[in-house]
Amino acid sequence: MPHYGRGVTAQRQVDSDFLELPRRELADAALSAAKAAGASHADLRIHAITTETVQMRDGALESAVVNREIGLAVRVIVDGTWGFASHAELHPDVAAATARRAVRVAQTLKPLNAERIELAPEPVYPDATWVSDYRIDPFEVGSADKIEVLGEYSGRLLAADGVDHVSAGLNAVKEQTFYADTFGSSITQQRVRIMPVLQAVTVDAAAGTFDTMRTLAPPTARGWEVLAGDDVWNWSDELAQIPTLLAEKVKAPSVTPRPTDLVIDPTNLWLTIHESIGHATEYDRAIGYEAAYAGTSFATPDKLGKMRYGSPVMNVTADRTVEYGLATVGYDDEGVAAQSWDLVRDGIFVGYQLDRVFAPRLGVARSNGCSYADSPHHVPIQRMANVSLQPGTEDLTTDDLIARVEDGIYIVGDKSWSIDMQRYNFQFTGQRFFRIRNGRLDGQLRDVAYQATTTDFWGSMEAVGGPSTWRLGGAFNCGKAQPGQVAAVSHGCPSALFRGVNVLNTQTEAGR
Amino acid sequence: MISAQQVVDAALAEAKRLGKADETIVLVTDRADASLRWANNSMTTNGESVTRHTTVISIVRRGEQAHVGSVRSSEVDPATIPDLVGKSQAAALAAPQARDAAPLVSGDGAPEDWDDPVPGTGAEVFGEVASALAARGFRGADQLFGFARHEVETTFLASSNGLRRRYTQPTGSVEINGKRDGASAWVGTSTADFDDVPVDSMLEQLSTRLGWAQRSVELPPGRYETILPPSAVSDLLIYLWWTMEGRAAQEGRTALSAPGGGTRVGERLTELPLTLYSDPFADRLACTPFAAASRSTETVSVFDNGLDIARVDWIRDGVINALAYPRAAAAEFGAPVTVSADNLLMTGGTASLADMVASTERGLLLTTLWYIREVDPAVLLLTGLTRDGVYLIEDGRVTAAVNNFRFNESPLDLLTRATEAGAADYTLPREWGDYVTRVRMPPLRIPDFHMSSVSQAQ
Repeated sequence: MPHYGRGVTAQRQVDSDFLELPRRELADAALSAAKAAGASHADLRIHAITTETVQMRDGALESAVVNREIGLAVRVIVDGTWGFASHAELHPDVAAATARRAVRVAQTLKPLNAERIELAPEPVYPDATWVSDYRIDPFEVGSADKIEVLGEYSGRLLAADGVDHVSAGLNAVKEQTFYADTFGSSITQQRVRIMPVLQAVTVDAAAGTFDTMRTLAPPTARGWEVLAGDDVWNWSDELAQIPTLLAEKVKAPSVTPRPTDLVIDPTNLWLTIHESIGHATEYDRAIGYEAAYAGTSFATPDKLGKMRYGSPVMNVTADRTVEYGLATVGYDDEGVAAQSWDLVRDGIFVGYQLDRVFAPRLGVARSNGCSYADSPHHVPIQRMANVSLQPGTEDLTTDDLIARVEDGIYIVGDKSWSIDMQRYNFQFTGQRFFRIRNGRLDGQLRDVAYQATTTDFWGSMEAVGGPSTWRLGGAFNCGKAQPGQVAAVSHGCPSALFRGVNVLNTQTEAGR
Repeated sequence: MISAQQVVDAALAEAKRLGKADETIVLVTDRADASLRWANNSMTTNGESVTRHTTVISIVRRGEQAHVGSVRSSEVDPATIPDLVGKSQAAALAAPQARDAAPLVSGDGAPEDWDDPVPGTGAEVFGEVASALAARGFRGADQLFGFARHEVETTFLASSNGLRRRYTQPTGSVEINGKRDGASAWVGTSTADFDDVPVDSMLEQLSTRLGWAQRSVELPPGRYETILPPSAVSDLLIYLWWTMEGRAAQEGRTALSAPGGGTRVGERLTELPLTLYSDPFADRLACTPFAAASRSTETVSVFDNGLDIARVDWIRDGVINALAYPRAAAAEFGAPVTVSADNLLMTGGTASLADMVASTERGLLLTTLWYIREVDPAVLLLTGLTRDGVYLIEDGRVTAAVNNFRFNESPLDLLTRATEAGAADYTLPREWGDYVTRVRMPPLRIPDFHMSSVSQAQ
């Protein structure tokens, strides 16, 4: 089936300061030193990550920091064993010495390696370049301008009745890589992403309690245009609505815990997809590589092509190509071109996320391009593609889904999330919970959490909204691996209707 | 690569030459890392790295107001230092006033070890761990998974008013997960130098726990008498520690805010004589004894860089005793200046974990907790999962393994309901071990721990 949301058109060039680095000299030094020291394969990655974080409290600046991380990493295979080393200094002599250190690591650990490393073949991409699509480079906008916008947005919330405090945060990232390997690929890439968040707090000082409501603007692989006006996200509407929504939420009745029909908005459902499908379909987890840390998966290889993951309206794709996707690239960190593929088709589990090591282990001819390292000082591992629930062929609106519910809840925005180490049992909350009565919204509820087992939950999905309801959510901070790595990833989905999901009352859960 | 000390001197000299800031703070951290990772009785991703981070914090004073620019980089080419300093000063000139302005900490010159070489580490530090895994672990019947890491980070802190401080912080940990016939168990330890990692006894403990799982029992959700071992206690109390922000509590934004305004400092949580504290000079858990921050938060301020860190009793003898306040926030709220060290300890009782099991008629013994997240910040309600071993205790001994559970609990409520604390022990947090490794905690007995639902995960 066609995958909704495809298509990236790069309009920019890689920044000149990155292009001026001695990329070829470093690659030649590292790859030749690795080969000379006995490596059968080597790759070099020069990785620069520039981050700007701004944090404000009640309209006043708490911190604004620009951080630039840069270094080189060499990964080698020696007699079927991985070795990795990195260094902060971008000098050919250092690159060669780092390659020899990586070889030494592999040689030292060879006696403890029982699984011989083999890489899936991939076409060679010499001198390839890829740049993500963004209009305004956030690093060409001064910190003072960013602070002014966040301060002005904070002021709108603070001016409203009932809002006692406001936090505002911005995280902007530019990631640049140069990858070269002994197959002959050499790839230069640049991408940008941005994450704005504002949260209003109302305090009941007499009772010693408080409540919050956060903006729904998702992190996205765009530039400063996200915050510069209402073109990308309608800040005017949302900032105007939040104080009223927060005031209603505080006065809303507490939910009655019971199995409940849910219409879940894309602003909430993306995170459930991330945890219960995205991580569960990572092949490295499924075969135990994350068993001691991030965990494994119930979706084991013996179930591929057989297991019912959800209802027949469930179609889930993985891709590294979706427009403005946080995991969208031209090539992954092993030089594999970006692709798109199915994970769940008509409710059946049909695909995994792979890198060049795991593709042959699964018996697949080619990696689907999920290798990524979050730092020049971390080894690339299999990380998540943009994993998205596809909309229905019938263009049902969110209101159409709500109209099918006699007594239920419409959930908007993500908040708390937790799932077990095999991706069975999860619990999520949200920002806003609207009661549905007789097919219409009827005020808010509070203290809502939903808890389910993954396949039961997706099996209860009766209907998905159409393309008009499809939205891209995501996160900057997906964690995995040891040493810990974070990755940014997007998840698209339509609104969807679920029947009889276990809803908890968080006050009751707290014993109150 | 020039030395970190040379970077400090070059940055301060450039700041003086440019002259656009009234004060400058330079932080340089040199770090060496080595790691081993294994799965299915085989090494997987392993490596070494050498990194440096240089932070230049410029401060422009305008009367009572101060404006801060903070720029950080891992570039090591000395030619990039002028650009770093220039950007920092430009950021300070353009910044709105800082809410945490305070005089800089005064200095009296460099410590004796200022010019000493920076220590490193490498994969060779894992020699004994790797040998033990090879000899006993990987050749055994159980499937082993795990991770060992060692980091040595040396921080140099200097300011334009003569402050010079230096500290080398070693951090290490080893954790081993074992699987046998569908059962899973875990052991972990922290270490500063890898001279004290008891791999053989860790493997024995792992085998014992996997042996307990030869009999398994399915239990429904509910409230159970539960013994939380030190690792599980640490993961819950670390979250509490992270919420002990004085400003936030004063403003009514945390579970430590009091009805009627103010904070819950002075409120008794438990009759047990429990003291939760941080101490940079704690035995075996020593850590940086001065403030070193590249950005301000609600608990630290860049203006406090170089400030001595003392022991802080967050909870003293069962009573909430302190919240975190940088100097400016302390002055604003009339509270004592409180900056936390990078460790967390809690006193306990005298009973060992084995003693506590022996005195239990029927209950659960947990191993670790996982995926802990905040559900309701107003009461600090947390959710999460039990992981790698829930065991049934009957008549004073472990008789079976039990299914995993999802819990919903508040650490504040748990301290209130705890009926017994055992002897404190060094431990490794399972959930927060990426961030916090220097921990000493007692096991706690909770008479009614809330297991909200069953998890099928093994």
